[in-house]
Amino acid sequence: MAERDFKIYRGDDERGELVSYKCEVSEGMVVLDAIHRIQADQANDLACRWNCKAGKCGSCSVEINGKPRLACMTRMNELDEDKAVVITPLKSFPVIKDIVTDVSWNYEQNQKIKPFSPSKKDTEKGFVMMQKDVDRVQHFRKCIECYLCQNMCHVIRDNEGKDKFAGPRFMTRLASLEMHPMDRADRIEEIKDVHGSGMCNITRCCTEVCPEEIQITDDAIIPLKERVVDRFYDPVMMLFRKLFGKKKETTN
Amino acid sequence: MLDISGIKRLQFDVLVIGAGGAGLSAAISASQEEGIRVGLVCKSLLGKAHTVMAEGGMAAALGNVDNRDDWKIHFRDTMRGGKMLNNWKMAEIHAKNAPERVRELEHWGAVFDRTKEGLINQRNFGGHRYPRLAHVGDRTGLEMIRTLQDHGIHQGIDIHMECTALDVLKDSSGKVSGIVCMYRETGEFIIFETKSLIFATGGAGKSWEVTSNSWEYTGDGYGMAYEAGAELIDMEFNQFHPTGMVWPPSVKGILVTEGVRGEGGILKNSEGKRFMFDYIPEKFANETADTEEEAARWLKGDKSARRPPELLTRDVVARAINTEVKAGRGSLHGGAYLDIASQRSADDIKRKLPSMYHQFKVLAELDITKEPMEVGPTCHYFMGGIKVDAETSMTTVEGLFACGEAAGGMHGANRLGGNSLSDLLVFGNISGVQAARYSKKLKSMPKSNDDDIIKIIQGATSILNREKGNNPYLIHEDLQKNMQYNVGIIRTRKEIEDGIEKIDNLKSQFKDVKAAGTSQFNPGWHEALALRNLLISSEAVAKSALLREESRGAHTREDFPSERKEWLEYNIINRKGKKGEMETVKVKRSQPDPELKRIADSSIEDLEKEVKLDHQK
Repeated sequence: MAERDFKIYRGDDERGELVSYKCEVSEGMVVLDAIHRIQADQANDLACRWNCKAGKCGSCSVEINGKPRLACMTRMNELDEDKAVVITPLKSFPVIKDIVTDVSWNYEQNQKIKPFSPSKKDTEKGFVMMQKDVDRVQHFRKCIECYLCQNMCHVIRDNEGKDKFAGPRFMTRLASLEMHPMDRADRIEEIKDVHGSGMCNITRCCTEVCPEEIQITDDAIIPLKERVVDRFYDPVMMLFRKLFGKKKETTN
Repeated sequence: MLDISGIKRLQFDVLVIGAGGAGLSAAISASQEEGIRVGLVCKSLLGKAHTVMAEGGMAAALGNVDNRDDWKIHFRDTMRGGKMLNNWKMAEIHAKNAPERVRELEHWGAVFDRTKEGLINQRNFGGHRYPRLAHVGDRTGLEMIRTLQDHGIHQGIDIHMECTALDVLKDSSGKVSGIVCMYRETGEFIIFETKSLIFATGGAGKSWEVTSNSWEYTGDGYGMAYEAGAELIDMEFNQFHPTGMVWPPSVKGILVTEGVRGEGGILKNSEGKRFMFDYIPEKFANETADTEEEAARWLKGDKSARRPPELLTRDVVARAINTEVKAGRGSLHGGAYLDIASQRSADDIKRKLPSMYHQFKVLAELDITKEPMEVGPTCHYFMGGIKVDAETSMTTVEGLFACGEAAGGMHGANRLGGNSLSDLLVFGNISGVQAARYSKKLKSMPKSNDDDIIKIIQGATSILNREKGNNPYLIHEDLQKNMQYNVGIIRTRKEIEDGIEKIDNLKSQFKDVKAAGTSQFNPGWHEALALRNLLISSEAVAKSALLREESRGAHTREDFPSERKEWLEYNIINRKGKKGEMETVKVKRSQPDPELKRIADSSIEDLEKEVKLDHQK
């Protein structure tokens, strides 16, 4: 047992401050445990979201010492013992109260995606699809919708991008639909115009924060960009963009 | 007098409370009926309900891996697992409908693991005769909820997230007429007027200290249904999953999927002994391997070998671990060792059990491909729940339906792993269709009484308005400790009686509960609102556990250590008495359909022959 210092954002979208708390921390504790302890003993009305406490539901996304993390999967012993643990809400979304943010914008993005549209050719026993053909789709479907990638994406973080880009989470979802062997819908035009695949300039911030280690940029966004290019730009343009894109990556 | 004229009202034909697998299924199926307005209310954000935590898979006799499988064998397994106390009709409907529901989920976008032939793959699980669980690694629940969510949002369902249901409204004839809810974000109240209500509210696992359940599992459906006059059935049957994490303390109780054992994981005590061979019940001896050599052959796919004893039903495995620990043969932190590292390659483990690998790596700093896990029983599931009609899912209150964990009966005294996800789909679907049909028959919206609405709202706001009072978190902690020690995995009369006395005491503390702060996103207030339902659920559990003087399935009485034949004739019912007290009574079960009884009582050899003939036809 050791007493640790915490600074937690208390307030709403307009005004608020970091409030200091002290909390006993025991072996194996994660940040969410400390939040709960503080809530039960010192601040009954401290708002926070959580559910599964095992990194499976993606509810407890916050920023811990400025980094977007799941509070349930961040162990206290990975954080510097000499400094107060600073817990703040996700920066890209409006604060409802304390460390809870309004993530409804994400649900609006999902609503705009054309749903799974299977072919009618299925057999009586269900779809026949080989494991190797669904491996990548399953990789995308590991997403727990914690929105840490959405929070990290600088297009979304600079507020005006929210009208133009659905964000990495929904690029991943679109990729999972586009690469599903049984899906027959055409979403390429919407991926360009509605979901804004062109807005991403491949800085890979989303991939870095993904707790499920989904290769969002390389496996989802880039292939979608390529499909858009194949459809809408002539081969010369396509080649140019490919070269340009690669060049940019190496200079970065 | 409180003025309620300014409170928003919305009208629906079917309103579903809860958006896990059952609630989403119910809302989707109701929305397919012509001209039915469907609403869906959930306490969390959409897609975060506890279904997301389900790991192993959903049981359905698809026969993709072993074509000897059939609904009859699934039905027999379910009845035997439930110690024959299951509602016969529900177990039949479940086994017959599960394959179609799983295929439907695939058509809605779920991407299951595949067999070599490209079909839905199926894995072994405790109590299931054949590989039967359709799965996606060890994150099947996530696949299910995301599929239902992404399909459901295009069905015209009006979804209200982070909204807590407070109490049911009824008209003067006793029919459901609506429900009062509160938006957690703002603290604003809303009145939903509806012709029918479906409770898909899950269980009350948060009544115990060591639990795999999240904060949402506070028995809201049980509490509200009970207050509305519905009956609760089989509440003494609380499943303690044998394998929860035991170390470190902060993650105690978090689920370790039965899939670990399904994939070959073995249980050992501190002496290194594979102890499950010592705990094979007589009834299952014919179908269980009695040597490590035979168990190893089974794992390699030898169809003539019998199943390893680690895959006995959950009640048996949980009690065995408990006994080993009590006898001083527990692991370092008071559990058993669950070893997959010696049974499977590191690659296999990472591919088949990726989230277990990740969970132990991060939370326990342990590599399960190299070292054994430490596991022990954790409260997991309510077999009991709101009593429903098997074919319509309607409760004993007209217009109130229930499905999923909120409903009781289907799983009897013990649920088989994998039968929950399929239950959610099968009975979610049925309750949605049936509620829609019920609502269609009603010509007009039943009328709620304003006084009832005022009473519900005042009850909720008084918690905030009180000058001072008791801390809701501490009452909840006391309740959890009480249930853990007095109404836990092994029970005795004396302890249960102490438990009931303590619950009475907590009920009076609850009368003066106080939440500090405002009504806006205030977890203290939410905790206090949930307490009433937790207390009702716990009282029903304790009183039923006291009455059932036998050990059956998940209900273990140290003072009545074996099954007693006469108790097979009865279910225990809880309902609100005329003076407001809880009545707990035993009620005679109806006679089973003789054909169903014949199937359940058949020997496995005879039934396999019969199924073979059926399949040839």
